[in-house]
Amino acid sequence: MKQIFARPASLTGKNFHFCPGCHHGIVHRLVAEAIDYFDLRERTVGIASVGCSVFLYDYFAIDVIEAPHGRAAAVATGTKRVLDDRIVFTYQGDGDLAAIGTAEIIHAANRGENITVIFVNNSIYGMTGGQMAPTTMLGQQSTTSPYGRDCQRDGYPIKMAEMLAALEGPSLVARVAVDRPPNVKKARKVIRQAFQMQVENKGFSFVEVLSACPTNWGLNPQQAVKRVAEEMIPYFPLGVLKQKDVVDVL
Amino acid sequence: MSAAKKVFLKGNEAIAMAAINAGCRYYFGYPITPQNDIPEYMARHLPEVGGEFLQAESEIASINMLLGAAATGVRVMTSSSGPGISLMQEGFSYLAGNELPALVVNMSRQGPGLGGINATQGDYFQAVKGGGHGDYHLIVLAPHTGQELYDLTIKGFELAEKYRCLTMLLGDAILGQIKEPIDPWKPEKTAGDPDREWLITGARGRQPRLIKSLYLADGEMEKHNWRLQEKYRRLAAEDVMVETRHTDDARLVVVAFGSMARIAKTSIEQARAKGLRVGLIRPITLYPFPTATIGEISRQGARFLTCEMNTGQMVEDVRLAVENPGQVEFYGRPGGSVPTPEEILARIEETYQD
Ligand SMILES: Cc1ncc(C[n+]2csc(CCOP(=O)(O)OP(=O)(O)O)c2C)c(N)n1
Ligand code: SF4
Repeated sequence: MKQIFARPASLTGKNFHFCPGCHHGIVHRLVAEAIDYFDLRERTVGIASVGCSVFLYDYFAIDVIEAPHGRAAAVATGTKRVLDDRIVFTYQGDGDLAAIGTAEIIHAANRGENITVIFVNNSIYGMTGGQMAPTTMLGQQSTTSPYGRDCQRDGYPIKMAEMLAALEGPSLVARVAVDRPPNVKKARKVIRQAFQMQVENKGFSFVEVLSACPTNWGLNPQQAVKRVAEEMIPYFPLGVLKQKDVVDVL
Repeated sequence: MSAAKKVFLKGNEAIAMAAINAGCRYYFGYPITPQNDIPEYMARHLPEVGGEFLQAESEIASINMLLGAAATGVRVMTSSSGPGISLMQEGFSYLAGNELPALVVNMSRQGPGLGGINATQGDYFQAVKGGGHGDYHLIVLAPHTGQELYDLTIKGFELAEKYRCLTMLLGDAILGQIKEPIDPWKPEKTAGDPDREWLITGARGRQPRLIKSLYLADGEMEKHNWRLQEKYRRLAAEDVMVETRHTDDARLVVVAFGSMARIAKTSIEQARAKGLRVGLIRPITLYPFPTATIGEISRQGARFLTCEMNTGQMVEDVRLAVENPGQVEFYGRPGGSVPTPEEILARIEETYQD
């Protein structure tokens, strides 16, 4: 019998601890599929960040270094400079990458550091219990914006992909979503290309993934995907914002 | 030590040359006075030996680049001063928790705040007592001459590897800027063991590995902490370094490290010339502190005069080490000044009792 679906070899098979309807699990799978696709498992180093995805190392069957909050891109830089024939990726939330780690990500991108960054934008701080993130939508309630995010007080939801696409260094900057199967398919392709960029030594590749955090949004999983589609995607448009030439492997 | 020809180098350059001769091929750092000769030397000379120099966007980034490189097991270093070292404290704590070996140089400058760029020993507490969060230590080495900067840079890498700890070389602007003849000897060992079971290399043909400091499961955190403490105990048992001079018959023992010890060496010879039985204890490792040596000498009944270029930091450790804390006097001047040998001599004469 022909096998058409299996767990990627780059995942350990340990059950995810994520809440029901959380998109971290889908993103983990897509990353693992990309690693498998290019047969990179035995030469990949993952850099885990601080957030709900810190337990990356329980789920990926690869070497992992746990970075301090926000510093994943700097840690990845150090690792990649030594192991330049290995594949190094970071996996970071929006608090981690777009608040405390803003300087590290901008400069890694600007250096064209040959790493891949998976940026999970769920518009909230998941791990610490639902505080406002730099990506929190205007009017969105969180435990530290209980009356809704106010642009006068809190500024605007930050568009990391657009910011990084303005730099010369990156080879690929894209924003995807995993709220419904067609978007998951596109996300799979773009994440694959992001790893391909690194394999081909083209430099910094960055994929922002719009994700649901039903728990801290106070929504059930169906309502949460609806919110991604109706509130997040219109403000954070999907697509490839920047791409150096790449052979389409699909 | 080989009988190589001596070279005439600034202290900062001696450190950089020693690091390259010790096999260090990666340097990450951010400019700050008075240590810029180190990154400048590395930027020029690392590419010649196939190494890599990277100027980071901040000291926060450089210490984390160091973390990412150290996890692969290579010899790697950074250097900075005052404000930059303060920014690195988070990283120090993570390196300690992750048990990663590396070298950091602190050519300290005066504080608090932006302070001044001249010599000081105001960072003793920060170096020895922590600065980052958690129950951890750095190995802290305090050279007092150009040659010792060179030698302890090499030793620093070895100790870091032996204990999977971060070593800090603690100097100051005097040591960094003075030019002295240096024997640029080359150590035999220029890399850590490639078979260490924790190196991050990509999981080729083996189980995946993990470098982390998060321990949430029941009892794990305590276990990890006890393991770290066991290392520190072993470090204190096996690798304390201290220089003593004229302590056998001393009635007064000066305790000083780094530049201050160098000045005090002149003062104690001046005192001896005047017939005063004065000795010197110079801690070379500030952590682990030479508690046993100081305790032993204190039981001869001598008085102690701790001299520092700060308002009293190491003196706390001296008081804990001696038999009777009442034996210990202090002389110090804060950042902004460097005492002369005569000033210390005057204080020796004041404190001395036959
Ligand atoms: C220096 C520091 N500050 C704060 C924290 C607490 N903290 C842990 S995770 C986190 C934010 C997590 O949010 P995000 O990065 O969006 O990831 P998510 O959990 O949503 O996946 C914060 C603030 C920390 N660990 N370290
Ligand atoms: S808190 Fe949010 S981000 Fe974290 S696991 Fe739950 S749903 Fe996912």
